Amino acid sequence: MKPRIGVITFPGTCDDRDALRAIGLIGGEPVALWHADDSLDGCTGVIVPGGFSYGDYLRAGAIARFAPMMREVEAFAAAGGPVLGICNGFQVLCEAGLLPGVLRPNHHGRFVCRDVDLVVQRAGSPWLPGLEPGDVLRVPVKHHDGAWYAPPDEQERAEAAGQVALRYADNPNGALADIACVTNAAGNVCGLMPHPEHAVDPALGPVGGRPLLKGLLTLARARSKKASPVSA
Amino acid sequence: MKVTVLVRPKDGILDPQGEAIRQALSTLGYPASSVRAGRLFDVELDVDDPAEAARIGREAADRVLANGLIEGYEVLVEGVPGEVAGEVAEEPAAEAAEEVAAE
Repeated sequence: MKPRIGVITFPGTCDDRDALRAIGLIGGEPVALWHADDSLDGCTGVIVPGGFSYGDYLRAGAIARFAPMMREVEAFAAAGGPVLGICNGFQVLCEAGLLPGVLRPNHHGRFVCRDVDLVVQRAGSPWLPGLEPGDVLRVPVKHHDGAWYAPPDEQERAEAAGQVALRYADNPNGALADIACVTNAAGNVCGLMPHPEHAVDPALGPVGGRPLLKGLLTLARARSKKASPVSA
Repeated sequence: MKVTVLVRPKDGILDPQGEAIRQALSTLGYPASSVRAGRLFDVELDVDDPAEAARIGREAADRVLANGLIEGYEVLVEGVPGEVAGEVAEEPAAEAAEEVAAE
């Protein structure tokens, strides 16, 4: 059975359709979720996609966390459900306190749009199955507020706990310690500025986004078996 | 009564917006050596007690108006300054960012 992966659309989201398509391409069942609804519709994995939810008013991601659907996502994450935040979704998850740190404006003050190389930081991450430290994934970035930052003690804690999943080979935005992708302490919530959903189809460019999305599918599949042992 | 929340980037936190504004001021001939850009929120509250207004202002700043990791804030009730929070941050990040900027 294909795991059902929900993709949330907020006002101002623009990468929801690519995320839905990518999930279908790599073998999941994509499910469109609406910010104002209050049910995950049986999904066992969730993507908070990229875009400019609520016009980036106040701070990027700061308003979206008050949407009814985000309360569902918070409960789902607290119960161990896998949640992937991409770009604006990463900003939303940080603002919601589901991931450590915050995304600041790029240090150079410009929007950045190009492919970047991401370096795997540790073996055995459920989000990057089969990859080893030093492996490189090529994935595009496109953002203005993508510089991950946390106060030194919080960054050290995240590093020590193995929560840094990917670093930039060539830092495009001024992120602290080249950090591109972090997870929560429990490991079931993951966020990054680069766009894995734009890097899945060889006809359109690099395919470095596939491992992370497959990681999400694997986590979601494990969860759907746990949730409904009879139907498996 | 009116509570005003002033939000600023913490000391040491890189502020690209402020830097862009500083360059604009310099272009106009002003001797501006630094600009820090923040935000101002004027909130009309249906309360009559200044202490309660200040408490609500601080709580709102902590919960949503400011992100305490990178921003400090100041609360004024009817224009009268009150408590200041989070003005100082120790910050190696600015150095790290400048290293990247130098590439």
